[in-house]
Amino acid sequence: MSAPPALSTLPPARAAGLDLARIRAEFPILRQRVHGKPLVYLDNAASVQKPRAVIDAIGECYGGYYANIHRGVHLLSERSTVAYEGAREKARAFLNAASVQEIIFTRNTTESINLVASSFGGSVVKAGDEIVITGMEHHSNIVPWQLLCERTGARLKVAPFTDAGELILEEYERLLDSGRVKLAAFVHLSNALGTINPIKLMIELAHARGVPVLVDGAQAVPHLAVDMQALDCDFYAFSSHKIYGPSGVGVLYGKQAFLEAMPPYQGGGDMIRLVTFEKTEYADLPNKFEAGTPSIAEVIGLGAALDWLTAIGLDAVAAHEHELLDYATARLQEIPGLKIMGTARDKAALAAFTLQGVHPHDIGTILDREGVAIRAGHHCAQPVMQRYGVPATARASFAVYNTRDEVDALVKSLWKVKELFE
Amino acid sequence: MSDLRDLYQEVILDHNKRPRNFRILPQSTHKADGINPLCGDRISVYLDVEDGVIKDIAFQGAGCAISSASASLMTEALKGKPVAEVEHLFEAFHNVVTTDCECPRGLGKLSVLAGVRDYPSRVKCATLAWHAVRAALERHTEPVATE
Repeated sequence: MSAPPALSTLPPARAAGLDLARIRAEFPILRQRVHGKPLVYLDNAASVQKPRAVIDAIGECYGGYYANIHRGVHLLSERSTVAYEGAREKARAFLNAASVQEIIFTRNTTESINLVASSFGGSVVKAGDEIVITGMEHHSNIVPWQLLCERTGARLKVAPFTDAGELILEEYERLLDSGRVKLAAFVHLSNALGTINPIKLMIELAHARGVPVLVDGAQAVPHLAVDMQALDCDFYAFSSHKIYGPSGVGVLYGKQAFLEAMPPYQGGGDMIRLVTFEKTEYADLPNKFEAGTPSIAEVIGLGAALDWLTAIGLDAVAAHEHELLDYATARLQEIPGLKIMGTARDKAALAAFTLQGVHPHDIGTILDREGVAIRAGHHCAQPVMQRYGVPATARASFAVYNTRDEVDALVKSLWKVKELFE
Repeated sequence: MSDLRDLYQEVILDHNKRPRNFRILPQSTHKADGINPLCGDRISVYLDVEDGVIKDIAFQGAGCAISSASASLMTEALKGKPVAEVEHLFEAFHNVVTTDCECPRGLGKLSVLAGVRDYPSRVKCATLAWHAVRAALERHTEPVATE
């Protein structure tokens, strides 16, 4: 076999104006060694690590002022309520939503989508109607719609994508033209391919036919600035844990007119105005959709994460990650037999690949022993794997704290995989 | 790299590259699919059982080196064995890949998979084919999953 080439001749690391050493120092978890090697964490699309500001915000809540929200007359409850609702305002500002009433806290992106499928879908979608999605969806933006279709007799329509991983817009438009479409739901940034969909255009095309839109923004928000006013989408869903916040919290943005017309998703405490055994009056937005005690400290932690990311600036983050992806793509292509899956012109944050003769799981195990954490598998996007005729891929995905040295470590370990298997 | 060689032994790499009994048995008396929902790997096993003896056994599917080699080694180990011995062998094999036990002599080449015990996330890869064989013998019609 051929020897690994000398380190790339590409220009030296610039970090788009970011002080990477300082950013990395804010992530205690990154300081460790695994299997005796420095940790190289490249599984950020699965879940991203947390900066000290987020860890501290959660600790300060539990250590200083934690109590249940929206109900206590005592000081701790008031402080917790202010902090919790403060995080809602931060999420509103982050998305540029018109009002905090349009920000619903859920458990994760999946629950946000299920909320819309159940509440909006359940009340609007009837037998013979259609829901349009794309072929590159995560299971979380497929299965809730399948369940809705099973319940109602509606049909799921799937817009295909090209070999490069780009949506075929004409096909998407053709599906919208049936006159029976009640909702278009699609991913902003594909977790399996890295494709950034032209969602502004896709929203316009749907709206031109009177079709409302839900966007799965789970992968997009840590990498791209999003603006609900500019995009004009009707629903936008994302998870805290992928944007440097704690797990257990998701956000659903919904236009007020939609949310007001929709029935509650779950019943319980905090979502009511008045309960008698004869009749219940529901609370106003956003509480109508937040039944029961939420993840209080985690929502506050998400607020801290949004502050942290906003302070760095998403444009600087995007520039750094873009440079990293370009570098990784060039270095990975030096490896014979390595094939990158997903080569869309507009792409971000991750490189999914296969290596001839080596199953991604074996790549994952060997890389782990070199300290490099990647994801190997179907990435909860089995239809994408079926589209390319592979059972699985290996995926390296980037966050703001990743460096070129880490890309080099990834590439070096991949040469070791080849050495072992040849 | 040395500890990786404990997992990826030459025998395993060889069976991964050139899996034995890798085909469909058209005249099989028993068949089942095994799925690892974690990774989406899927294999089918085929058995031809006559008078309580596994006359022939084969498999097909796509999987990692560990699951492919384990399936391949398993077909070699089970060919010609009485059905009654499958459970006993599976139990011994399962012990070898999950505990620090001494490898029992009767396992033969299967013991090359002992290195899997240091990689808990890969145990299911090593046992997938075995679960499928047990399902086939119990005549399950639904694919059997490792989860």
